[in-house]
Amino acid sequence: MSTTRTPPARTAVDGGRSRRPRSAGGGLSRDAVENATIRLLRPLVVVVLLLVSVFPFYYMVVLSLRPLDAVLRDPGALWVPPDQVDPDTYADVLRSVQSGGQGFLTFIGNSLVVALATVALSMLVAVPGAYAVSRLEFFGRRRISALFLAVYFFPAILLAVPLFVFFTRIGLRGSLVGLLVVYVAQVAAVTIYMLRNYFDTIPVSLEEAAAIDGATRLQVMRKIALPLAMPAIVSNGLFVFMIAWNEFLFALLFLVERRDRWTVSLGLSQLAGSIEVPTTVLMAGSVILTLPIVVLFFASERLLVGGLTAGAEKG
Amino acid sequence: MSQIAGPAVVAGGQAPGAPSPRGPRRRRSARGREESRTGLLLITPTVVIVVAVVVLPVLWTVSLAFQSVRLLNLRTTGIIGDYTVENFVDVLTSSGFAESLLTTVLYSVLGTAGAILVGLVAALALRHPFRGRGVIRAALLLPYVAPVVAATFVWTTMLSPQFGVVNHWGTRLLGWDEPVAFLSSRSDEVSLLGLDVSVPTALLTVIAFEAWRSFPFAFLFLTARLQAVPDTLDEAARVDGATPTQRLRHILMPQLLPTIAVLSVLRFIWTFNNFDDIYLLTGGGAGTEVVSVRVFDFLTARGDIGAAAAQSLVLAAILAVAVTAYLKLFGRPEEVA
Repeated sequence: MSTTRTPPARTAVDGGRSRRPRSAGGGLSRDAVENATIRLLRPLVVVVLLLVSVFPFYYMVVLSLRPLDAVLRDPGALWVPPDQVDPDTYADVLRSVQSGGQGFLTFIGNSLVVALATVALSMLVAVPGAYAVSRLEFFGRRRISALFLAVYFFPAILLAVPLFVFFTRIGLRGSLVGLLVVYVAQVAAVTIYMLRNYFDTIPVSLEEAAAIDGATRLQVMRKIALPLAMPAIVSNGLFVFMIAWNEFLFALLFLVERRDRWTVSLGLSQLAGSIEVPTTVLMAGSVILTLPIVVLFFASERLLVGGLTAGAEKG
Repeated sequence: MSQIAGPAVVAGGQAPGAPSPRGPRRRRSARGREESRTGLLLITPTVVIVVAVVVLPVLWTVSLAFQSVRLLNLRTTGIIGDYTVENFVDVLTSSGFAESLLTTVLYSVLGTAGAILVGLVAALALRHPFRGRGVIRAALLLPYVAPVVAATFVWTTMLSPQFGVVNHWGTRLLGWDEPVAFLSSRSDEVSLLGLDVSVPTALLTVIAFEAWRSFPFAFLFLTARLQAVPDTLDEAARVDGATPTQRLRHILMPQLLPTIAVLSVLRFIWTFNNFDDIYLLTGGGAGTEVVSVRVFDFLTARGDIGAAAAQSLVLAAILAVAVTAYLKLFGRPEEVA
C-alpha cells in the first residue's frame, strides 16, 4: 500500500519544536516531528475553529444586552459588565409599533404561521408521495424522481421572476398564502427525496405479511410503513420548519410592502437598513430570530445529523 | 432555499443493502394495475404543486425573456406577445453583465474552495475522540443552521468601520493604520512583503463569509466519510512507517476525493445561485454584484421584467453547462443523481 521507505519511528519525541522535516537519521525522524507538530496544532486548530464559529453568536447576545451609548463609547468590550445588563432591548423589539416598539411579536406570529403550515402541508403531500416513489411501480416513476431532483438544484432567482410577476398580477403579493404555496413546492420535492431513502431501508417483509393478511395498499402504508418511518418524518418536519423560518428571498419579494405581514427574517433585514432603530435593539431581534433554530437544532441534533449524512458513506 | 437538507439527497438511489422495492417485474396482474393506480394517486398532489409553482413559472420565464415586459405594462402582456431577442442582446452587451458574471464565478469558485478546505481541516482535527468532541461538533454547525439574516446582520455590525469590534481590535492590536471598510470598499492597497497589492476588499469579505457559513456542510460530509474509512488501512500504513502527512496523502485523500468531488458540485451550484448572502451583506455594492443580485435589481428597482428573466435564464444556462462539463470531465454521475 504505502511506498515509503522511512523506517518505523523509534526515536522518542523530544520537545518537537525542531522543524527539520526530512532528517531520517540523527535525533528526530520525520515521523516524530510530524506527530509532535500535529499534537501541538490539533488543539490550536480546534480552538480557532470553535472561536470563529461561535464568536459571532456570542457577540450577538452581548450586544443585545448592552445599552447603545455604552457600545458607542467602548465598541471593543467583549462581555457585558453586570451593572450594564439592559434587557429593555428585548421589550423594545417585541412591542408593537403603536406602543413605540418594533413589532417583532407580530413577525414571530407570521413566521410561526408560515413555518408550521409549511411543515403540515408538505408532510401531508410528501409522505404519501415518498412512499409511492419508494414502494410502488407506476408509470413515469423515474421521470418524476428526476424532475424533483432538478427542482432541488434550480436557481431560486430564476423562479423569483415569474412568481413575482404572477403574484403581482393576481394580487396575492402581500399574502402569507402565496408564500406558503411557494415554500411547499420548494420543500415537497426535497422531502420526497429524503423520505424515500428512508422507506427504502425499511424491509418490505412486514408489509408483505400485512398484504397477505388482506390489507389494502393504503392500509399497509398507514398502519405499517408510516409508524416505522416516524423518526425520519419527524426529522424532516424539523428541517422543513428551519428552512421556512430562515427563508428570506421569497418573503422579501412577496411581503416587503406589508409591514404587518413581515416574517422575523424579513423584519430584521428591513429594519437593519434604517438609522432610527438602535443596533442593540436589532441585535435583540436577531437573538429572537436565531434562538428557536438553535434550540430546535440542539434538541434534535443526533436525529438531524444522522439523517443529513445518511448517504455520505456511499462515497 | 432548501440547501439545509443537502446530503440526504446525494444518497440518491437506494441505500446499499436495501431490499429492492420494485417487486416482481412487469406483471400485468390485477395487483400490479392497482399498485400503479395507487402510486399515481399518491404522487399526484406533489406533482401538481411542483408543476404549478416550479415548472410552469420556469416556462413562463422563457416566454417573458423574449418579450419586452416592464412592470408598468405587465397587465397587458399575455403569453402570446411580440417575441424578440432584444432582451438577450441588451443583457449580454450591457456594461455591467460581464463584470457581474466574473464576480459570480470568482465568488462561487473561491467560496466553494474555502468552505471545503476549512471543512476538511475541521473534519481531520476532530477525527479522533476526546472529551467534549460531541459538543464542539455541534457548535461548529452553528454558522450553517443559523438564519442567514441574523448571521449577515451580526457580521455587518462586527465589521463596521465606526463601531465594529473587528476594526476596534484590528487598529489596536494588529496595528492597522485606519479602520477597514470591509463591506463597502471596492479595493484597498495592501503592502505584502514590501509590495503594494490591490485587493478587492468587499469581494474577499463576502467570500470569507460564504466559506464561514458553509464549511459546516463540508465538515459534516467529510466527517461521515472519515468514519467509514476502515481503521486497518491506517494501522497498516502506520506499521509500515508512514508519517501522518504521508497517511493523509496516500491513505485518507484517495478515500475522501469522491466525497470532495460531490461537495464541490453541490457547493458550487448553491454558491453560484446564492442571492441572500451578498444582498444582505453589501446589497451588491463595492464590486460584489453577482448575477442573482443583478436580476433582483432589474426585477424590483428597475421593473424591467424582460431583462431580469433573460439574465436569470443566462445564469441557469451557464450553470447547467458548467456542471455538465464538470461531470463529463471528472464525474461519476451516479454520485450526484
